[in-house]
Amino acid sequence: MTEATHPDMQTRYALNPMYLFRWEDTQEAHVLLYPEGIVKLNRTAGEIIGLCDGHATVASIIETLQQRYPGNDQRVADSIHTSLEVFRAKGWIRRQA
Amino acid sequence: MPKDGSVVRLDGQGKPLWLVLELTYRCPLKCPWCSNPVDFAGEKSELSTEEWKRVLREGRELGSLQLGFTGGEPMLRDDLEELVGEAHKLGYYTNLITSGVGLSEQRLLALKAAGLNQIQLSLQSSERDLTDALVGARAFDLKIRTARLIKAHGFPMVLNVPVFRQNIDQVNDILDLADDIGVDYLEFANIQYYNWAMINRDELLPTREQLVAAERAVQAARERIGDRMTLYFVIPDYFEDRPKACMNGWGSIHLTIAPDGTAMPCQEARTIEGLTFPTVRDHSLAWLWNESPTFRAFRGDEWMQEPCRSCSEKTEDFGGCRCQAFLLTGDARNTDPVCSRSPHHHLLAEAIERAHAPDRPHQPLVMRTERNSLGCGGGQTKVLHDARR
Repeated sequence: MTEATHPDMQTRYALNPMYLFRWEDTQEAHVLLYPEGIVKLNRTAGEIIGLCDGHATVASIIETLQQRYPGNDQRVADSIHTSLEVFRAKGWIRRQA
Repeated sequence: MPKDGSVVRLDGQGKPLWLVLELTYRCPLKCPWCSNPVDFAGEKSELSTEEWKRVLREGRELGSLQLGFTGGEPMLRDDLEELVGEAHKLGYYTNLITSGVGLSEQRLLALKAAGLNQIQLSLQSSERDLTDALVGARAFDLKIRTARLIKAHGFPMVLNVPVFRQNIDQVNDILDLADDIGVDYLEFANIQYYNWAMINRDELLPTREQLVAAERAVQAARERIGDRMTLYFVIPDYFEDRPKACMNGWGSIHLTIAPDGTAMPCQEARTIEGLTFPTVRDHSLAWLWNESPTFRAFRGDEWMQEPCRSCSEKTEDFGGCRCQAFLLTGDARNTDPVCSRSPHHHLLAEAIERAHAPDRPHQPLVMRTERNSLGCGGGQTKVLHDARR
């Protein structure tokens, strides 16, 4: 699916309030903390979740990360769509109404 | 769902990611499956506020992330809000594990202000009379009121239901009650048979039929309820044939501090005779975690005997639970009898059979009271006798 036609472009995601997201020095990584659990995120996941603030649309998250990692816009976009779907299925982020 | 490459394996890298503080062994309830030591009443003095704060600071320096305040009943410590505040400031994810007794709205607000992240409340039954009888106090109404207050103040909430013969048939009623309260996580935790639960094992073990029905009810509820509430069902060891990866391995990611400052790899570790248990009053947390002989005793797999030593699954389950191996076989280095490859595996089936023998006279539950604790003399000896007979 190409970036232009993806149905998710105007969706806004926010962190599930059950989760605490932050940088953890001792792990040199972003982590998600929740009742009875810890998730250590890889760099990409940390960057994407950091942008899920409930205001930014998927389109603007893609734009931000394309600027941060120039040269392969389509791959960045595809990777973000896939990641958001995974994170939502895991319950880490929620679609905003 | 697409393949997930977003998570980096979190093996602790030698860090005590989970720090559990047993602030006190005092408790207004008398639960006869309590995981506290049978001789808790002989416990020496509790750590002071300043001593707990030092533990908190040193824990963060060692890389601890998740913090549990438990007991006994942690609400009995009137410095709880201060400790939560300190922990929050240090960057922990703070969990309060409580019976609900003492958790007034005023204290709830103070805990919220101090930065408490999550509350785990225990509930034993969907029925008032059964709850009150099981915990030895009039607690049901208070617990339900407290549960609703916790949600009203916006805390994520785990409702923890210890499961045993007396309440396992109520899974559906408890599910409905939890859903009505708006619980986020509902945990049906079949109890583990150590300490007080071991003394009462014959009276608490469910039947396999009960267990199968309860698990089926939880599975059906998962499909019915969907994402609204996360359901956990912790299987009781005695009905399994693969051991649990207990504590993710001894001294791997878990560090528990008892009320008197004793550092332990798990809350039951003092079950094992022959180990020494130094305290935070005598040593730094770093020494206790890295150097203490007790924490090193079962790290890695050098200590293993057969059948664990040559087993392909030893890196997944670490041979199961050291405390259970000791309790049931007398040697903590043995394979956890839960494992079907253990030469002691038959002990579990025999325990279940004995508990349900039609000619066994029923005994009253031995409640977790100070009197029973002091009266137990060598409490652990009694437990061992019960376990191995």
